[in-house]
Amino acid sequence: MTAYLIRRVGQAIIVVFGVSLLVFVLLHLLPGGPARAVIGPRATKPQILAFDREYGLLKPLPVQYIAWVVQVLHGNLGFSYKQNQTVTSLLEQNVPRTMALAGTATVLALVVAVPLGVYEAVRRNHVDDYVLTGVSFLFYSMPTFFLGMILIIVFSITLPLFPPTGPNPALPLWGQVSNMVLPVATLCLVTIALFSRYMRSAVMDTIIQDYVRTAHAKGVPNLQVLVKHVVRNALVPIATLVGLSLPWILSGALIVEALFNYPGMGYLFWQAMEVEDFPVMLGTVLIVGVMVVLGSLLADILYAVLDPRVRYS
Amino acid sequence: MIESVRLHEPTSFEPGTPAGGEAVSSGSTWQTALAVFTENKLAVLGVGVVVFFILFSWVGPLIYHTNQVSTNLVIENQGPSARHVLGTDTVGYDLLGRLMLGGQTSLEIGLAAAVLATSIGVLWGSVAGFAGGLIDDVMMRVVDTVMAIPPLFLLLLLATMFRPSVGLLIIVIAIVSWLEPARLVRGEALSLRTREYVQAVKVMGGSGRRTVFRHIIPNVAGTIMVNATFQVADAILMVAALSYLGLGIPPPAANWGGMLSNAQDYIFAGYWWQIWPAGVCIVATVVAFNFIGDAARDALEVRLRQR
Repeated sequence: MTAYLIRRVGQAIIVVFGVSLLVFVLLHLLPGGPARAVIGPRATKPQILAFDREYGLLKPLPVQYIAWVVQVLHGNLGFSYKQNQTVTSLLEQNVPRTMALAGTATVLALVVAVPLGVYEAVRRNHVDDYVLTGVSFLFYSMPTFFLGMILIIVFSITLPLFPPTGPNPALPLWGQVSNMVLPVATLCLVTIALFSRYMRSAVMDTIIQDYVRTAHAKGVPNLQVLVKHVVRNALVPIATLVGLSLPWILSGALIVEALFNYPGMGYLFWQAMEVEDFPVMLGTVLIVGVMVVLGSLLADILYAVLDPRVRYS
Repeated sequence: MIESVRLHEPTSFEPGTPAGGEAVSSGSTWQTALAVFTENKLAVLGVGVVVFFILFSWVGPLIYHTNQVSTNLVIENQGPSARHVLGTDTVGYDLLGRLMLGGQTSLEIGLAAAVLATSIGVLWGSVAGFAGGLIDDVMMRVVDTVMAIPPLFLLLLLATMFRPSVGLLIIVIAIVSWLEPARLVRGEALSLRTREYVQAVKVMGGSGRRTVFRHIIPNVAGTIMVNATFQVADAILMVAALSYLGLGIPPPAANWGGMLSNAQDYIFAGYWWQIWPAGVCIVATVVAFNFIGDAARDALEVRLRQR
């Protein structure tokens, strides 16, 4: 178990290092370099030169990289001139709200998709499976913003049940539950479509295993076989698959936040994009990358805990 | 008489593949795969839908002439009528004509990006899988790194940095999409490396390049094709998302995602013709490519089962 952990954590560290390198490279690929990114597109040559000299941008790149990493580790992710705040403080405000959105949606999606996938697998080649898998397929192929619009039309306009915009950032989230419903529902539905697909194949793969046959042959009641053997074992790879889905879920969250004006990290990123606020964009990419790596690491560790075979490979 | 001395009747008429050997692309194996594919009604439907949209987007404007270059605010936001079959949009463009134009961009970019992404991914993955060892480790860590960043974030960042034209948009989408085929091909290449015929090539003095191009790639062709189909579906969704978020190609070029973004401002006004047709077009094309991909994957399994 320890060897596996060390290997896996080592891999995660390398990827985090890689993400930081990628962000650093992108920062310097900006036309005009970091100076232009901070001062703005109308920076003049003497301004850029002064900036470069002051921030040590005339030193060799590897030296700059180390200096930059040191800054990042001290919590300095740059300053947004457009919003007049440090990038770190902007992220501190918005990341928790995105995690509330994505976290709720993911948990709800799991709660629905696991039984749904099991049901679909057990009832495969029957009408119910075809209908459910078909609907799932439809949600999976739909652009998230279109689904969101449909939900707004049905639940905000035709039946005025929920407000069509996200919560007010100035007030705490838990007081604005009705504003959260549609954004969470949109993200949840597309995630259910993804997870139930995984779950269905996982269960189908498990059901044909020999130990399931043995359990049936021993006379174990069908429901018990299903729950104790099939579901328990099918759930194991789901842990890793959820970890692998994190980038996808966060991308979906970005779209949902843009559609509903939900004040999260994705919305911040989108607004930054519209005004070319590169410090914010690059800082967000770095943080999101690190979050994804941590998430997958946790998912893989959970997988190793649940499936002893992995630890010894 | 020879006809009566049929002692060894073949028990099946399936095309034989040499036991434990390469899947040679003999005509009959692919024909079986094609047969399985065409039996799948959803796949045939998918192909039909794709063909429909190709005709709709490129032949449509030749039949149904509209002005897609200049706006006309006098006729904005009109509902469907005899003059404008699906009404007009927020600046007076005929909506049906806009859908056709949007179809052109979506399909062009989707297909081109998928081809580019698959090509890069296949090369990267084959080299990594075949080389093994440290080269493989390094190449795969690069894949892991780029995969760690949610595709939409990276896509938006790149598109903001390098304001894209159609060509650049294709490249940017491909940059985000080449990872999956790379992973897939690398896995297959790793397993193929240990097969006898690959080792035989080495023994006979064949170069690495020869092995990769003439032996490894043809044998992962099936997986590549399946993945490429899904790539097209994903690319179409990405183009739509980019346009929706405001980073598509500027007007008068059209894109289904952009059309939905414009329509959103009027969602409370009830201009349904600006919302539903565009959305349905996106869903229909994506579903069609997903059907084709699923059926291709099933057909591939049949082919593999015969080994």
